[in-house]
This record gives sequence, C-alpha cells and structure tokens, in this order.
Amino acid sequence: MLDQTDTANRAGLTEEDVRQIVRQELERSQKRDPASRKLAIIASKGTLDWAYPPLNLACAAAASGMEASIFFTFYGLNIIRKDFEKKLKITPVGNPGMPMPMPMPDIISGLPGMTSLATLMMRTRMRKHNVSTIRELLDLSRELGVKLIACDFTFEVFGYREEDFIKGVEFGGAAAFLSQARRAHVTLFI
Amino acid sequence: MKVNNVIEDRVLDARGLMCPMPVVKASRELMLMQPGQVLKVIASDRAARTDFPAWVEDVGHQLLRSGQESNGTLVFYVRKREESE
Repeated sequence: MLDQTDTANRAGLTEEDVRQIVRQELERSQKRDPASRKLAIIASKGTLDWAYPPLNLACAAAASGMEASIFFTFYGLNIIRKDFEKKLKITPVGNPGMPMPMPMPDIISGLPGMTSLATLMMRTRMRKHNVSTIRELLDLSRELGVKLIACDFTFEVFGYREEDFIKGVEFGGAAAFLSQARRAHVTLFI
Repeated sequence: MKVNNVIEDRVLDARGLMCPMPVVKASRELMLMQPGQVLKVIASDRAARTDFPAWVEDVGHQLLRSGQESNGTLVFYVRKREESE
C-alpha cells in the first residue's frame, strides 16, 4: 500500500487523480460486464410484509441505473393482481418474529378476524412511519422501467386470467426468468 | 445558500420518506439537472446515511459533503457526474 502511494506520488498524481483513474477503470470494466448492472428477483410470497423486499430492491436498483426484473411466482402473484390490496395480508401465526404489543400464542392468533386485525395493525404502523404503500411501489416500479413478469405456470395452475393482473405485467416461464438471471450478477429468491 | 464553498443548484427535501424513496427521488431529480450541478438532499431516514454514499459511488456522482444536523436531519451534497457511456 505504501509502495503504491509512493509510486503515485512520484508520478505526480494526487489522490483525486488516482480516484479518477480507478473510477474510469471501473466504468470500463462495467461496460465490458453488463451483468453488474442487472438484477433479477423471484418474488414467491404473497403476504403484505413479503411484498416489500422485491419492490424496494427493484426500485433502488433502478434508481442506481440498473435494469431490474421481478419474476412473480406462486403466491408472489398476489402482489401484481388487481385486487392486491385485498389479497396482501399478514398473520402472526407461525411468525414468532412479528413484533406484537403483547406475546400471543398461535392458538389466539389463529382465531377468526385475527389476520385482518394484524394486517390493519401493520398498515397503520407503516403509515405512521411514512412507508410507501405497495400501490406506490408498483407505480414507481413501472415508471422506472422495472420488468414485472408473471409466472405462466402458476397462472395456469391457479386458474388466473390475464385480466386479473395490473397493467404493464408481462408473462413468462422459467426460461424467461433464466434468460434474465443468467445475464445478471444479482439474483435473489424472495 | 452556501456551506463550505458548496453551492447547490437544487434542493430535494426528502424528510419523512423511507428507504428507498430518498435515493429514488434524488436520482430522478438529478436526471433533470446538468452534469456538474449540485443537488442538496435533506433526509430523515436513517438508511440514507449509508445509502447515499453507496449509491453515489455506484452511479458515479460525487458526494461533496454530508452531515447531520443536531435534530438528526441528514444533509447530502451530490454533484452530478459528467456525461459518459
């Protein structure tokens, strides 16, 4: 490290010059490696809490100039259905990590109406902290050019229709996801 | 307004917005600006502390200055990168 600083000093380079050179080299290598600018996510969960990570990450990636795509499969399809606001719920059942005002055994959480109550509580908490709604994140994703791909296979199995989905959704199978994923360094299964 | 010789061309008030919105809005704001111009971002989301330096580094803009006010509000001065690619 010292040797390198010495060499740079002798060559008459300031720290700023060196940073500049490094940045240019990075940009050059990124151009050679477009995969560093791609993100491919699988969204497989259909609850309110799990709808956030794929959309948040895709929007952040798009804002960093990355090409992002989300492949919605199985219950993840709930996120891009027209009635997603009704579909996306949250339950403390089987989720001991969920912050609750008081400890609650599963047998109580499982009572009728508890899911709606928990969903309402979570929505209120999020609104209080000014977290974007799923609707806002979906609008933003589409505006930023995030590709939303609905899994054709699940679509078929669950008996959905194309008109059940929000505007801007594309349809594709496993190969469609893989063709995105093989060109992306960042691939996530959520 | 002038802070240590940094003069901003635009201000983005992202207070109250949560991750990833401050970065998303800043990115959108910079799109409307000229290379070399400076955007001042005011944020309250704690994720912004690490998000802004990382994002600026990633996209190739320059973080001229950042700081935290006594009430916890974060301030970032971002200079838009020169055109490339």
